[in-house]
Amino acid sequence: MTTGEPGQPRTDRSPWNWLLVLPIVLPLLTFLFNSDEPRLLGFPLFYWLQIAFIIVGVTCTTIVYRMTK
Amino acid sequence: MSAHTTELVVFILLFLLVSGMGFVASRWRRPTDLASLNEWGLGGRSFGSWITWFLIGGDLYTAYTFVAVPALVFSSGALGFYALPYTVVVYPLVFLVLARMWSVSHVHGFVTPADFVRARFGSPTLALAIAITGLVATMPYIALQLVGIEAVLKAMGITGHLPIIIAFAILAAYTYQSGLRAPALIAFVKDALIYIVILAAIIYIPAKLGGWDSIFDAAKAKFDATPAPGDGMLLNANNQLQYVTLAFGSALALFLYPHSLTGVLASRSRGVIKRNMSALPAYSLVLGLIALLGFMAIAAGTKPVTTDGKADTNTIVPMLFDQMFPDWFTGVAYAAIGIGALVPAAIMSIAAANLFTRNIYREYINKNATDAQEAGVSKLVSLVVKVGAVLCILLLDPQFSIDLQLIGGVIILQTLPSVALGLYTRWFHKSGLIAGWAAGLAAGMWMLYLIPNPANGKQHFGGSAFALSNLGFDTKMTIYAGFLALAVNLVVAALATVIFRASKVADGADATARGDYFADEGDPQVKDRGLTASH
Repeated sequence: MTTGEPGQPRTDRSPWNWLLVLPIVLPLLTFLFNSDEPRLLGFPLFYWLQIAFIIVGVTCTTIVYRMTK
Repeated sequence: MSAHTTELVVFILLFLLVSGMGFVASRWRRPTDLASLNEWGLGGRSFGSWITWFLIGGDLYTAYTFVAVPALVFSSGALGFYALPYTVVVYPLVFLVLARMWSVSHVHGFVTPADFVRARFGSPTLALAIAITGLVATMPYIALQLVGIEAVLKAMGITGHLPIIIAFAILAAYTYQSGLRAPALIAFVKDALIYIVILAAIIYIPAKLGGWDSIFDAAKAKFDATPAPGDGMLLNANNQLQYVTLAFGSALALFLYPHSLTGVLASRSRGVIKRNMSALPAYSLVLGLIALLGFMAIAAGTKPVTTDGKADTNTIVPMLFDQMFPDWFTGVAYAAIGIGALVPAAIMSIAAANLFTRNIYREYINKNATDAQEAGVSKLVSLVVKVGAVLCILLLDPQFSIDLQLIGGVIILQTLPSVALGLYTRWFHKSGLIAGWAAGLAAGMWMLYLIPNPANGKQHFGGSAFALSNLGFDTKMTIYAGFLALAVNLVVAALATVIFRASKVADGADATARGDYFADEGDPQVKDRGLTASH
């Protein structure tokens, strides 16, 4: 999207950018996962799920980068 | 002392190794001439994805973080884990913003966020406000890196201030000589050590403590037994809003710090930045695991070092390592924390020096400064800043630096409308932004003043959790003070803008063009800053 063919003004607008909202909002909805059970490898839900959100963040930013390159 | 000889020897050897690297760094990717801010202060603006990853990672995840976050988890539980969502949220949040900042800065040769504000809003006064805010927020942060080193030294039984003075003198010398190249090169060692130590810690320590299940159960038992309402292995109804707003507010603040932008502007292209936004969360994983060291310390029954009757919880992680690891590896772990303090301290002092040079010296003292003069002033100021940080720690209670850093997070947020929103819109009036900035600062300071800390008996500046009951709400809920202060800032800036526009008060001129925000490496307007003068 930002490749900018000659004559076309460049922009960083793209529908793909909406994907960035997911990893911003998800970790902030603490009321959804503020709980001990179910545990994973001994980690309470509150801890393992937030660590798992790192993967969501990496996936979303990578997709947006690739699709708007 | 003798019980710690092995640790000390390993620590000193690794410390000497990186000091040597710091001096050699001036010859790394050597330019024809180091005497400009683009070279000394931004490493030639040519760093690729890998170096940028190490540099920004080494810059954002500081020794103080490694020491203070687990200490907070140790004493409060879940609330201290905010550091993880904070560093998950930040990268998608700034993904597009930083790319714009990179482009406009490369087209115009900006070195600091205040440079951008100066050009965008045509107001030296607003730029000065942004620069001073950045300086005030960064200075205590540098001092806190010393607190990180001190925690390690204390755990090795070393007291007195001489070792810290020596460490910072060496750091000051190679930063003076090599500029941003020094921390960029040392960051490789720092991060390698940190990753090794954390990997070992999360495998070895839980195995010795009977697994993660029993670690979390021990923590739960401890928090259930205490009467304090704010702690617990999970959040409660009163601190959930604080957790969310603290994570989000800290994420908004992170890249407003001048030193974070230094790493961004030193990169070669927009692509380097965007790739890093996907790769930097690897450090978030490490930070999350480091935070859990606080629970391990609970399960292991670790006691913090006590000096003069006061327990220093910042020593909890060093003490845990001392208790768990063999001596030589404890030495490696301590070196990781110690070196972890040097990288950010170097970058922060460079960023602070650049702010002074570009937005105070060049604006008010010597308008026609040459590149060489700018670099010379920055080098000197970087020394002054470090001396100031050492004096802060020597002469004042370290608690003072911790308070200041807390305040720093709240006040740096007040630059958001000018710096971050400014990249998107020129709608705000320059005087409206100044009014909002002042109102946000006042509101932030007032709220922080009202926050007590029952744990250490402080009446004021006891934390960042502002009780909503202060505003007349009938609730025990708390919210991050910086978040509310930013809201005040935005409302005042918007109202004042409408009023100033309606009464036709003159606004500044915008020196940037729309296309500047999307320019990339190789474009004609993005000059090769390593070869040409910046102006």
